[in-house]
Amino acid sequence: MSDVPSSAGGEIDTDEPDGAAGVPDADDAESGSLDLGAGGPDVGEPYPLEVENLRKSFGGITAVDDASFSVERGSLTGLIGPNGAGKSTTFNLITGMLQPDAGSVTFDGEEITGETPHAIANRGLVRTFQIARELQEMTVLENMMLAPKFQRGEALWRSVTPGFRDDVIEQESELLERVWAVLEFFEIDHIAEEYAGNLSGGQRKLLELARALLTDPDMLLLDEPFAGVNPSLERRLLDHIHELREQGYTFLLVEHDMDLIMENCERVIVLHQGQVLTEGSPDEIQANEEVIEAYLGGNV
Amino acid sequence: MSVRDDLAARIPGGDTGLILSILLIMYAAYVLVGVGLGYSLRGQFNTIAVLTFYIAVFAMLALALNLHWGYTGLFNIGIVGFMAIGIYVMAFVSKPLYQPGGAAQVGGLGLPIIVGMIAGTVAAALVGLVVALPALRLRADYLAIVTIAMSEIVRFSFLSGELQQFRLFGERVGFGGGSGLILDFTNPLEAFFGFFGLWDAYLGFVDSFQVLVPNNPKPVVDGLVYGVVLLVFVAAFYWLLKRTGESPFGRVLKAIREDEDVANSLGKNTNRFKIKAFMLGCALMGLAGILWLMTSGAVTPNFFRPRITFFVWIALIIGGAGSNTGSVLGGAVFAALLYQGPRYLKNLIDAALPNASAPSGFGPAIAPLVSNVDPTPLLLYTIDSIRQLQLVFMGLVLIWLMHNRPEGMLGHRKETAAGIPLTASQARDKTAETDGGTTGGEADE
Repeated sequence: MSDVPSSAGGEIDTDEPDGAAGVPDADDAESGSLDLGAGGPDVGEPYPLEVENLRKSFGGITAVDDASFSVERGSLTGLIGPNGAGKSTTFNLITGMLQPDAGSVTFDGEEITGETPHAIANRGLVRTFQIARELQEMTVLENMMLAPKFQRGEALWRSVTPGFRDDVIEQESELLERVWAVLEFFEIDHIAEEYAGNLSGGQRKLLELARALLTDPDMLLLDEPFAGVNPSLERRLLDHIHELREQGYTFLLVEHDMDLIMENCERVIVLHQGQVLTEGSPDEIQANEEVIEAYLGGNV
Repeated sequence: MSVRDDLAARIPGGDTGLILSILLIMYAAYVLVGVGLGYSLRGQFNTIAVLTFYIAVFAMLALALNLHWGYTGLFNIGIVGFMAIGIYVMAFVSKPLYQPGGAAQVGGLGLPIIVGMIAGTVAAALVGLVVALPALRLRADYLAIVTIAMSEIVRFSFLSGELQQFRLFGERVGFGGGSGLILDFTNPLEAFFGFFGLWDAYLGFVDSFQVLVPNNPKPVVDGLVYGVVLLVFVAAFYWLLKRTGESPFGRVLKAIREDEDVANSLGKNTNRFKIKAFMLGCALMGLAGILWLMTSGAVTPNFFRPRITFFVWIALIIGGAGSNTGSVLGGAVFAALLYQGPRYLKNLIDAALPNASAPSGFGPAIAPLVSNVDPTPLLLYTIDSIRQLQLVFMGLVLIWLMHNRPEGMLGHRKETAAGIPLTASQARDKTAETDGGTTGGEADE
């Protein structure tokens, strides 16, 4: 038991993320920072995710056409582009849900092109979905307990054999402490026993992010995490993301809301017709004629 | 929902209490109706033995199906095929060697019954693996098509002349083909008690039953004792599947049922989990098939028609997919009310009205009702055709359930997929602890 850093209340690094990207930690003094009790993100390559010449076509349509970009460690990088630019396909190619026709994806210096989604997730590259995909008929706690990687009790024989099951139970209580810590961090502990299907849209988004975090990832790919979320909850989600980024997590974010991207991301990658149109800081992107043209169809 | 749940909550003993009380009510109903109609004690015992038998086999099968469908969302409609594999492989292994001039056309390998039971169970699991490997890559409905096709392939294989008899290690063995396979191994009860050296004690116990059932009590006692053995197997299935469900393994299965892509993107190798769960369920179906048929004296391939698969599905839907307790209840209620009930009713009415003869067809049955407003012939005709009408009743019950309670008796209940309870009381404990934590203290327990 003692090897588990005692969950939430434990070590709060008191450096509140003040100032940084204007995070007002107004309503909650309680949820300080988060210790997942699992070491947090690794520190390795300066660019954990590198995508090179990625290509994917569906029939006659080339959804991703020779896209290359990289994401800097510890950054909050935005991936934008008009509808049909290939953002979701790129996500699916990176996370193994689709196989690319050509090109490569490198994560932490190792090529992961063509690996299965679960293998990629186990490497620490975890995604969330555009439409929150909570596991409806499971409670919030069950949803959360599912996420941690390589649980002992995931081996059937160990879960049913008397004697060995004690190990499983022991790990379950350790995990539960971590789960409570994360639920409290995201302020959804009051709905812990609720079926996930009964949550509001925003709560589902929080649950999805919290669940992804419990897999102990190094990098998170968030597919439109703010779609259908009300402004105050959006603020809360953003605060959490900034806080996690400060702890060293890397984020790649697909989002439609340009203002939100420009205010919050350090780097922005613009996709257009399956290709990387440009990348740079928000200021550079906003001043870029090509981007404006891509978004507004050249009518400016 | 709330009324039933309240009722369930008030029964002492939790799930076990709930199962036992419903069983008790059904047994009481059977006995009371029997007493009311003047059944002999022997008849009563027989009724109870047969009822117990069907309750147990349907409970076992519903439990196994619940692992597939209720937990993992695997649409298996080939249950009966796995049962057939189980009993046929068991018979093949355990039947004595061929003796010319014996009743049996073909022999087996002559190994002990327990070896045969294990072999049959393992064979069902392996066939499950073969079916699962190609089908699990596809979406749910394709698994359904593959499984029902498999169950028919199994039936036709055992019907075929090629497998009827052949030579293995110089012995004449086989599966008997369409004329069936005589199960001429030792009586399983005798083998069981003999193993512990208790066979003589058992025979003494049988003799003491002569007080209640004067002549030849052995078949009656055998039936009752075998029923009890089957109930022990139900308890073992329940124990195993409850542990399976209440574990990280069960949690992944539930996640696969809800959304496989999510489970995958959280790093779970869902194909492996699905194959393991599918094989375990198939093994249990094979074992249930063995237990259903090994005392029946003979098996024919045409027993294994898909209707038994659908009976098991009805049992699971009544009980509530996703709940192990519900599966047992569903199996019991299905066996007592829908499967055995109508036949029992017919026997009782035949016994009570020995002189009433039913009309031979629908015409003669309906004519008196139209001409003299006399419903008796129609009623008698209905009761006489009760076996055929049984399927109609089952259909009506299903339709009613789908409209009024699609989740079954216990389907929507929270059976938490974790090794420890995940409840709000812990939430309060934890909150207290972390409140202490934020103010600087470490509330270690």
